[in-house]
Amino acid sequence: MSKILLKGNDAIVRGAVLAGCRLYFGYPITPASEIAEAAAKYIPQVGGTFLQAESEVAAINMVYGAASGGVRVMTASSSPGISLKQEGVSYAAGAELPCVIVDIMRGGPGLGNIAPEQSDYNQIVKGGGHGNYKCPVLAPNGGQEMSDLTQFAFELAEKYRTPVYILADGYTGQMMEPVEFGEPVSELPHHDWALYGDQESKFNLISSIYLDPEELEAHNQMLQDKYKLIEENELRVEEFMLEDAEYVVMGYGIISRILKTVVEKLRKEGVKIGLLRPITLFPFPNDKIARLSERIKGMLVVEMSNGQMVQDVRLAALGRCPVEFYGRMGGVVPSMQELLDQTKQFISKEN
Amino acid sequence: MASKILQKPEAFYKRYERNPSSDKKSPHYCPGCGHGNVHKFIAEALDDYNVADQTILISPVGCSVFAYYYFDTGNIQAAHGRAPAVATGIKRAHPHSIVISYQGDGDLAAIGTAEILHAANRGENITVFFVNNAIYGMTGGQMAPTTLVDQYSTTTPRGRNPHNEGYPIKVAELISQLEAPVYVERVSLHDTKNRNKARRAVRKALKNQIDNLGFSLVEILSPCTSGWKMDAVPSMKWIEENMVPQFPLGVFKDITDEVEPYERPEMDLSAQDIKKALGLEVVESESFEKPDFPNKYKNPEIKVAGFGGQGVLLLGAAMAQAGMLEDYHVSWLPSYGPEMRGGTANCHVNIRDIEVGSPMVTNPTVLIALNRPSLEKFENDVPEGGLIIYDTSLIDIEVKRTDVEVMPLPATKMADELGNTRTANMITLAAYAAYTGIFSKETLYETLNTAIKHKKFIDINKKAIDLGYEFGLKSKLS
Ligand SMILES: Cc1ncc(C[n+]2csc(CCOP(=O)(O)OP(=O)(O)O)c2C)c(N)n1
Ligand code: SF4
Repeated sequence: MSKILLKGNDAIVRGAVLAGCRLYFGYPITPASEIAEAAAKYIPQVGGTFLQAESEVAAINMVYGAASGGVRVMTASSSPGISLKQEGVSYAAGAELPCVIVDIMRGGPGLGNIAPEQSDYNQIVKGGGHGNYKCPVLAPNGGQEMSDLTQFAFELAEKYRTPVYILADGYTGQMMEPVEFGEPVSELPHHDWALYGDQESKFNLISSIYLDPEELEAHNQMLQDKYKLIEENELRVEEFMLEDAEYVVMGYGIISRILKTVVEKLRKEGVKIGLLRPITLFPFPNDKIARLSERIKGMLVVEMSNGQMVQDVRLAALGRCPVEFYGRMGGVVPSMQELLDQTKQFISKEN
Repeated sequence: MASKILQKPEAFYKRYERNPSSDKKSPHYCPGCGHGNVHKFIAEALDDYNVADQTILISPVGCSVFAYYYFDTGNIQAAHGRAPAVATGIKRAHPHSIVISYQGDGDLAAIGTAEILHAANRGENITVFFVNNAIYGMTGGQMAPTTLVDQYSTTTPRGRNPHNEGYPIKVAELISQLEAPVYVERVSLHDTKNRNKARRAVRKALKNQIDNLGFSLVEILSPCTSGWKMDAVPSMKWIEENMVPQFPLGVFKDITDEVEPYERPEMDLSAQDIKKALGLEVVESESFEKPDFPNKYKNPEIKVAGFGGQGVLLLGAAMAQAGMLEDYHVSWLPSYGPEMRGGTANCHVNIRDIEVGSPMVTNPTVLIALNRPSLEKFENDVPEGGLIIYDTSLIDIEVKRTDVEVMPLPATKMADELGNTRTANMITLAAYAAYTGIFSKETLYETLNTAIKHKKFIDINKKAIDLGYEFGLKSKLS
């Protein structure tokens, strides 16, 4: 047995170090500070650099600089800090720089509070900064995934030369669960586009500038092709009891954990219900939802937001089945009983 | 010398292929612009020190946004004002590289004020060339933070008014006030003598980085013929007569003789070293056998509640740890956010045969109450047939419910008698384990190894476990 019990925030950092990340730039903010603290503890011990930047703006631009050097680099923050990072993420997307950005979401808008919300879906999944870009978004719902998906995020980032987000909430960050860790990666890839401070790589240019509109259009088209490839190859979902389901509940992150218990309880009562949980939010399971919508009686989407992901679900379902929404905001996490009641109400309504 | 002036430095590309214009030989700058001079000084210095191959130049946003057209070095183009942060990132990634942050006055002294100040304050081993032309060139002559009082710009059409826009920022003076920078000088391009001084300053600032001495900044007063709407010759005169009095030339700081070179240590670690640093050495502790125990106690959903400081979170974590050792699926969730108010703390623990769904416990099948408010608050959440354990040494009321099992436990009193109040939570853990039969004593002993940080407290906590275990067994029988 080689599991250890630890917080999701800690699992992210240890996973990142195993993935070869040796540079961390960040600015403290609750509830993501534990990630910075764990990074400050571990990364220098393995010969890397942890740097507390003067702001999130500076931190993401340090990430931009380090990523230009072809090394694995990350930053983490929470909602208000992510808003500030958006400038740098847009530049990194434009210059095609791989990096990993963690968002431990909190309540907004504005300073809001430090309780868990899921109201960053739009700013993270839809690009967030200026320009025609998106980033792959991974949404862990427990300790093991906090580590595994972080490691995967570095691979994904390099494979497609893009920033990748880990989108989680305060609960998933604070929760302790047993986590199993693998071996550290032994060799990191050499990138022919990166700058290593040597003669071989010096012709490389890291830039998001394409002055000529047609050239910029071609660059944008290339980015769109890349996103299409990501959509075709990198979708991850968890499907729970969907085979014969007449009703489907859908949620990501901590909500999916609560919904899973709801499904277990209702199955015991004989209700044919299942859970669809996106693990990647971009790419999004459009086709899965479309296919489900043809045969089920209805879908209930639960979020700790005003209803952001549900818009994508409705687009995918295209009116072929009712798509209902239940949300809590401000950092209120719905209880299992509350979601059980809501699901029952939704079922009786659709019947 | 003459041949050198005519010859293009090696550190420039032969042809400027990245320039989309059909002329691949000439720079994109206006005639009489100072940027070209500064570029040339940099390229010459890179040649002289033979470091162009390892150099990475950061182009800013401003007229020099296309500096990468010219320098046969590694090139990064950065967002407006962020060049010092980008430089920090690449320098930390590749400490052997020579990193240049090239910036204008809008870039460095307005939008990027925070980034330059903090890069300087950290003493990043980079070189900053700051071209002060008292105007925004690229965007067509708007006011810069360095625009002089009464100076015309398109956004100060009546001249810069200190009551509206404040005074020009003196960057060299500001940066030289910080402790870390090793070299700060202001130079000017307005005549040959000063251009030679500027050339020397550029060389020195680069050499400092090559020698690992730390942060250097050279501020260069430079003409913007287009922004000032002046020809080359009068613009030189304008610098001399108007800028130099406001921005005095000279060395503002030079401690290069005093500082020791600093190189960041490198580490070469084996996989084993890395795992050790992460606390992940494989300790193949065998998993502990699950004792057989009554179904009604299986898959407990536990809430532990009390005052902050009572070890509530630790007790819950120890329960989860014990569960993990016996190969259950477990989760532990601390009270968080709005729940945390009022100095009370609680945590939710699940110990399950199958994967844990919701980690949140709203109706605990096991409630462990360590103070009165917790018992009062959560007693009614316990479902019929559940178990309530409460610390009778601290709680002076009784459990009202009659449809649940109750174990009154004088944990704090027992801990005090043992000689350490802080052992109350391990007594409670053991009493719960023995009463329900969920964990063996061996599991609990092993749990101490992770739950108790200071090894010197392990022994007394072992005794606490013995005491609690005994108490739990007795309660079960009575
Ligand atoms: C975020 C952002 N804000 C504004 C601009 C527009 N902009 C481009 S260059 C510039 C001013 C540059 O002036 P300076 O740094 O003095 O350089 P110069 O052109 O004079 O060499 C501005 C405001 C931008 N590119 N990005
Ligand atoms: S606008 Fe000014 S700074 Fe820009 S190239 Fe022309 S002279 Fe130089």
